[in-house]
Amino acid sequence: MNSLATHDSLGSDDAPALRRGIWRLSAWDVAGFGIAILAALLVLAPLASLVWVAFQDETETWRHLAAYVIPVALRQTAGLLSGVAIITAVIGIGTAWLVTTYEFPGRTALTWLLPLPLAVPTYIVAYVYVDVLEVSGPVQSALRAVFGWRTPQDYWFPSIRSLGGAIFVFSFVLFPYVYLATRTVFQLQSASFIEAARVHGARSLNLVWHITLPLARPAIAVGIALALLETLNDIGASEYLGVQTLTLSIFTTWLNRGSLPGAAQIACVMLLIVAGLIVLEQMARRRRSYTSSAQKPHPAARIRLQGVSAWSAAAACFVPFLIGFAVPAIYLVQETFERSLLTGFDPALARHTLTTLTFAACATVLVLAIGFGAVIAVRLFRHRFVAICVQIAGIGYAVPGTVLALGLLAPLVAVDTAANWLTQSLAGVTVGLIVAGSGAAVVIAYVVRFLAISTGFAQAGLGRISTEFDDTARMSGAPPGMVLRTIHMPLARPAIWGAALLVFVDCLKELPATLLLRPLNVETLSTYIYQYATRGNFEEGSLAALMIVAVGIIPVIRIARHADLAIEAAGPQVSTE
Amino acid sequence: MISGFVRVTSRLAFVNLAAAFLAQGALAQSGEVNVYTYRETKLIQPLFDAFTKDTGIKVNVLSASSGLEQRIATEGANSPADVLLTVDIGRLQDAVNAGITQPIQSDVLAKTVPSQYHGADNSWYGISMRARVFYVSKDRVKEEKITYEELADPKWKGKICIRSGQHIYNNALIAAYIAKHGAAEAEKWVAGVKANLAQKPSGGDRETARDVAAGKCDIGVGNTYYWALMNDVDADKKAWADATRVVLPTFKDGGTHVNISGVVLAKNAPNKANAIKLMEWLVGEKAQKIYADMNYEYPVRAGVPVHKTVAGYGKLTPDTTPLAKIATFKKDASTLVDKVGFDN
Repeated sequence: MNSLATHDSLGSDDAPALRRGIWRLSAWDVAGFGIAILAALLVLAPLASLVWVAFQDETETWRHLAAYVIPVALRQTAGLLSGVAIITAVIGIGTAWLVTTYEFPGRTALTWLLPLPLAVPTYIVAYVYVDVLEVSGPVQSALRAVFGWRTPQDYWFPSIRSLGGAIFVFSFVLFPYVYLATRTVFQLQSASFIEAARVHGARSLNLVWHITLPLARPAIAVGIALALLETLNDIGASEYLGVQTLTLSIFTTWLNRGSLPGAAQIACVMLLIVAGLIVLEQMARRRRSYTSSAQKPHPAARIRLQGVSAWSAAAACFVPFLIGFAVPAIYLVQETFERSLLTGFDPALARHTLTTLTFAACATVLVLAIGFGAVIAVRLFRHRFVAICVQIAGIGYAVPGTVLALGLLAPLVAVDTAANWLTQSLAGVTVGLIVAGSGAAVVIAYVVRFLAISTGFAQAGLGRISTEFDDTARMSGAPPGMVLRTIHMPLARPAIWGAALLVFVDCLKELPATLLLRPLNVETLSTYIYQYATRGNFEEGSLAALMIVAVGIIPVIRIARHADLAIEAAGPQVSTE
Repeated sequence: MISGFVRVTSRLAFVNLAAAFLAQGALAQSGEVNVYTYRETKLIQPLFDAFTKDTGIKVNVLSASSGLEQRIATEGANSPADVLLTVDIGRLQDAVNAGITQPIQSDVLAKTVPSQYHGADNSWYGISMRARVFYVSKDRVKEEKITYEELADPKWKGKICIRSGQHIYNNALIAAYIAKHGAAEAEKWVAGVKANLAQKPSGGDRETARDVAAGKCDIGVGNTYYWALMNDVDADKKAWADATRVVLPTFKDGGTHVNISGVVLAKNAPNKANAIKLMEWLVGEKAQKIYADMNYEYPVRAGVPVHKTVAGYGKLTPDTTPLAKIATFKKDASTLVDKVGFDN
C-alpha cells in the first residue's frame, strides 16, 4: 500500500465488501476482515493491559519520572535514534545502490555478505566491541605498544561506553534492515526509467537523486523505521554501554522502584514516540509515491567499474560487513577455541538450539500469514477500517520485549482461566496454564513483536504493484483468491522472503520477552547466553552465540539468493503485454 | 520456495513441539518442586542436582532477570510456582509486598538462619550472603582500611569505577546508607561519589576490576564472589585479580554492607511440602558447603567455613542494620540516583 490517501480517493463506492452489505459477506470478506482484526487485537490486548496498569498508580511516581528520568532519557534516546537513522541510511542505501548499480570485484559475494550483521544479536556485538576497544583490549594495547604510551592517561581514545559508541554498535548491526529493504526495490525498479534517463544523459548522481531514491522512498522508510524500532527496544546493549534510553528507564523504574505502573507510564511515553515515527514513515511514503506501470520490470544492466573506483566500491561495501559481522564473529570463534567450548560441548545446547528453532519457525509462519494476509486484505477491500487495523498491528514492534511480555501475561492468563473454567464444567478437570505457561506464550509474544516486519515488507512489496492489476483482474471477474494467487503472491515473493528472513532471525535473537514468558526448564540460545552475560562472563556463551549466528546465516544467504531468483521469476507473470 | 521453507520448519516444529509446549503437563506431580529464580542456572543447578539425588524430588527451573513476581502474581491461582529463589533483599521484600507469598513454617529454617536474615512472620529466609566491597589497585592504593563514607572524599577524585547506580547491588548499598545516615546525608554522599568517578557508571562488577587493572581508576566497587571467581576460576581474568586486592570496607560506625540470596514460598504453591523440603535442604550442611566452595558466597549456617580465597579478604563483620529495614529504602535509593543524575 503506498498510502492511505490513494485509497480514500477511490471512494467508498469502490469498496466491494461495504457495497454488498453485511448479510452478503462472502467467505473471502470474512477471512480478510477477520485476519486484519486478529492482527490488531493481538497487539491491542497487551497494550490495553499496559495502559490500564499505567493508570493504577499515584501521581507521585509520575512527578518524579517527569522531573528526573524522562528528560534525560528523551535526550539520550533522541540522540541515539538520530545517529542510528543517519548512519544506517548512509550505509544501507549506499551499499544497496553500489551492489545493484555497479559491477566491481567481490560484488556477488558482498550482496549476501552485507545482510549478515543481522544474524548477530546487538547485545553480543556490544560486549565484543567493549572488549576489543576498551583500555585493556587489543586495539588500545597495540596502540600503546606502537607509540610507547604507558598508561591510559598518556593518550586520548574515544570511549565505546558512550552515546557515540552505542550509535556505532547499533548502526553497524542494524544497517542491513535498510540495505535489504532498499536493495529489493532497487532491483525491482524497472530498468525503463533508468535506461531512459541514461539515454537522456542523466549523470549517475542525478539519477540517484531524482529517480532511484524517490522510487525507493517507501522501502527506505520501512528499513530505517525497523532499525530505529529495534534500537528503541534494546536493553542489553544500551545498559552495557551506559546509555540511559527510555527502555532502560522503564526497566529500572519497574525493578528498583518496584513500580510497574511507573514503568508502564514511561512505556506509554515511548509509544507516543513510536506513533510519531510511524507517522513520519507514512509521510515519507505519502509525499511522493510511485507504482511501476503494468510493464515487465527487468533489472537495469550494471555498469562495470574499473581501477580505483572499482576497489573503492568494494571497500565501501566490505567495511560495514567487517565491522558488523566479521570482527564479532571472529572474536566469538576465537573465544570458543580458547575456552575449548567445543571439546567440552554442553549437550544441553543441542536441545536449546532445537527449542530456539521451533519457537522461531512457528512464529515466522504465523507472522507471515497474519501480516501479509492483513495487508492483502487492505488491498482487496480498500476499506479504511482494515487499513487502520494494519496500522495498529505495526505498533507491537516498538514495545520493548519486557514490557510486551508484562502486558501479554494478563490476557494470556485470562484465556487460560476461561479454558480451565470450560474444561472444569465440561469434564471436571483443570488443565493449568496451557497458554501462559507453555511455549505458546513465547510464540505469541514473537508474533506480536514482529508482525510489523511482515506488514512493513508486505506494504512496501505490494505497494509497488499498481492496483490497476487488481482492478483489471476483478473487472474480468476473477475472485479475490485468484487475484491473490496469480498476482499478489508471485509479485510479493521477494518481500515475503525478506520478511521471513528478518522475522526468523529476530526470533532467534529475541531475549527479554523469552526470558519472562518461557515455560519451566526451557531455554533458548539467547537465554542460555544471557546466563553467562549476567555473571559478567559472556565469553563462556560464545559457542551458543556462534550458533545463533550460524543458524541466522543460513536464511540470510538463502534470502539473498531467492530474492534474486524471485525477481527473475516474477518478471513474465507481471506482464500484461 | 516459501512452501519449502514452511515444510522444513513445520517438520522441525513438530519434533520439538511436544518438548517445549508440553512442559506444563509435567507440573504439580508429587515428586517435583517448581522454582522460579533470579539466580543463574549454572550457579544453582549443582545444588538442585544434589537435592534431587538426596531426596528424589525433581526440580523444575525457570530463571529470569526480572519480572518473576509479576508473572507469579498474574498467573494467580493456577501458577505452578512453589519457590522464588532470588538475590537481593529488596526483591525478597517486593515479593512479600506484592502478596504472592505465604509464611514459611519450618523449625529447621527458624533455628538455622540467624534472625537478622529472616523476614517478619517468616515471610522470607536468607540462604547465603555476599558483601559489597572494594577492589583496589595493589600499586596505587596503600590504605588498608577505607570506609564507604570515604568514597565521597575528594582525595579519590577521578579514581573510582562502579556499575550503574540503579543496579540492585548498588541500590541496596545506597539504601543501607540511607538507613544509616538519613536521606539528606545519603544524597550528599551519592553526589560526592559521582564527583569522584573516573568514568560514567557502566559495565558489571568484573569490569570495575578490569578498569582498575588497566589503570583507569584506583578503586572499583564489586561483590565478594566476583573477585574470587576471577582469581580462582576464570583463567583469562586472573590478571585483573592479580593487579587488585580486596578491601572489606565498613560504615564509619558499623560493619560491612552484606546482602543475601534468599527464598520465599509462593502463595499458591502446588508442591508446598516439597518446597519446604528444598528450602530446609538449602540451609543444610551440604548445600551451604556448595554455596561457599562453588559460588564463593558466605554461608548463612554457622559452622560452615568460607572458601579460603574469600577468607583471605580478612574477617567479615557484617553491618548490623536489619536487612528488612534496608529493604524499605530501596525506592528512595533509586529515586536518589535519578535525582543526583548518578548514571548520566
